[in-house]
Amino acid sequence: MESKTKSPPKLTRRNYSKIIRPIFGILVLGYILWRLYEVLIVQQAYSIEIWLRLLIAGLIIGGVYALIAIGYTLVYGILFMINFAHGEVMMIGTFAGYFLFEVTKGINVASAGNPPLSFSDAYPLISVILAFIVGMTVAAAAGFFLEKIAYRPLRKAPRLIPLISAIGASFFLQNAAQLLFSPQVRDYTNPAAIARGSGWTLIINDSRVVITYTGVLTFVLSILLMIGLYLMVQKTKLGKAMRAVASDKNTAALMGIDVDAIVSRTFIISGALAGAAGVMWGLHNGLVHFFVGFLPGIKAFTAAVLGGIGNIPGAMLGGMFLGLVESLGPTALGISYQLKDVIAFVIMIVILIFRPSGILGEVLSEEKV
Amino acid sequence: MLKVTDLNVYYGAIHALKGISFDLQEGEIVTLIGANGAGKSTLLNTVSGILHAKEGTVEYLGENISNEAPQVIVQKGIVQVPEGRKIFAKMTVMENLEMGAYTVTDRQQIQDKREAMFDRFPVLRTRSKQLGGTLSGGEQQMLAMARALMANPKLLLLDEPSMGLAPVLVEQIFDIIQDINQQGTSVLLVEQNAHMALSIADRAYVLETGHIVLEGDASVVMNDPMVISAYLGG
Repeated sequence: MESKTKSPPKLTRRNYSKIIRPIFGILVLGYILWRLYEVLIVQQAYSIEIWLRLLIAGLIIGGVYALIAIGYTLVYGILFMINFAHGEVMMIGTFAGYFLFEVTKGINVASAGNPPLSFSDAYPLISVILAFIVGMTVAAAAGFFLEKIAYRPLRKAPRLIPLISAIGASFFLQNAAQLLFSPQVRDYTNPAAIARGSGWTLIINDSRVVITYTGVLTFVLSILLMIGLYLMVQKTKLGKAMRAVASDKNTAALMGIDVDAIVSRTFIISGALAGAAGVMWGLHNGLVHFFVGFLPGIKAFTAAVLGGIGNIPGAMLGGMFLGLVESLGPTALGISYQLKDVIAFVIMIVILIFRPSGILGEVLSEEKV
Repeated sequence: MLKVTDLNVYYGAIHALKGISFDLQEGEIVTLIGANGAGKSTLLNTVSGILHAKEGTVEYLGENISNEAPQVIVQKGIVQVPEGRKIFAKMTVMENLEMGAYTVTDRQQIQDKREAMFDRFPVLRTRSKQLGGTLSGGEQQMLAMARALMANPKLLLLDEPSMGLAPVLVEQIFDIIQDINQQGTSVLLVEQNAHMALSIADRAYVLETGHIVLEGDASVVMNDPMVISAYLGG
């Protein structure tokens, strides 16, 4: 025993990777800084309006990621499982909004002028509100039943089991949507007043920067929903009970809190937020198909991990950060735009090398691990 | 008030409680003493509905509650202060108290109850905005008891309230327990500190590896040679 402690530390596989990781991190960080210096200081190839456009795009997509990421983080906080079917819940919300717009588009209302207007064009505000209500309700219901069917029976099973169930549920929902709605890619029919691409135009350096209505709607609504969620979790009885259940299920039960009901409601809330994100995605990006939830789901999961999984402000911050990196990154680093996902994930890896528990994450207590 | 008959509880293959029977009359303090692993906490968690018995019944006010969910049992008036206090560390003292009153729907009643708790435990009033995790051990025990009392229990289950506390604090906690009892709440007290527990209890049961090996009035149990040698360090 004595001799072992005295011998110099060997380069075992374990501390070998301990050295490799920071070196990799520093190299990547150095490369990123060098590229930033090249593009921003030396070349100065892009002017302010281009940066503004990218910034706006980043904030919009960041808001969507943040809303979805909150769903991952809420569920993880309470059940310590990753709900890999969460992206599909968002997809269901997108479809629900799509069909609502299809229906309102089909209803003609009497109008003074000709030709007669459709309901969604005549009352854009009402139809958008309806779309969000329907999208959020349907996605909330999807989240509720997902938990009841795929996760609740496995509550006491080892932690790997519900994870596999989640992946299965994800495939199931994708294929179910493909069967029900056909694999074709459909166009979201926005009300004419907020047609995609229309918006306020700023003229900067003689070039136009469009701030789209759908973008503003997405950004403002996502911020409002995040504030609402935060207040709900901090101030209401349900929110406090959610925190109590997240910190200790048995003790929460001893206080008379119905743990199963709180878990259900957590899935309903996550589902509703994902549904709202889905309708925003549809309105802003315009395409809906059975696979629409996959990539935003994975990205939002990344964002939740980046911010510190289980931490709600972390998920918001992570989502915004990921959206901005994805949007500004390729240009700022002078890398082609097709590689935006690579940049986003590389930056995630670098952050996790230096902060393994995420930006706002904390070291997990032993109980939680 | 509480009547437990022939209770058998398992953790997987482990037979934790092997046919336990005991009862508690209204207004009493009954203590269960025993060493680590005797099954004391298992017993309380079975009464609270966290664990369910394989055989045997738990009767409360003449009603079989063996298969009820924990929240139902809290509503019926049985509230547990868990071992190790289990304060919600990331929530403020105020929020911890609110969680204790989760089953109470009347806001005015919650407020009155909270004021009553602040009067009984003045230190909690001064710390009401602090996070539960920042309190000292004694303060946490007081918070845990106040939190349980918020639900208006008729029967309070206390699991090792003296654990990890300095002797002067232990005395204080036991004074409070007696006081709570005198105001009409029955108490089932699980303790390793047999001396303190027996000094305030009316009756006592001694638990060893899932069996009750001795029962009787606290004063009798206190003078039992086996108890003196095993638990009172005599």
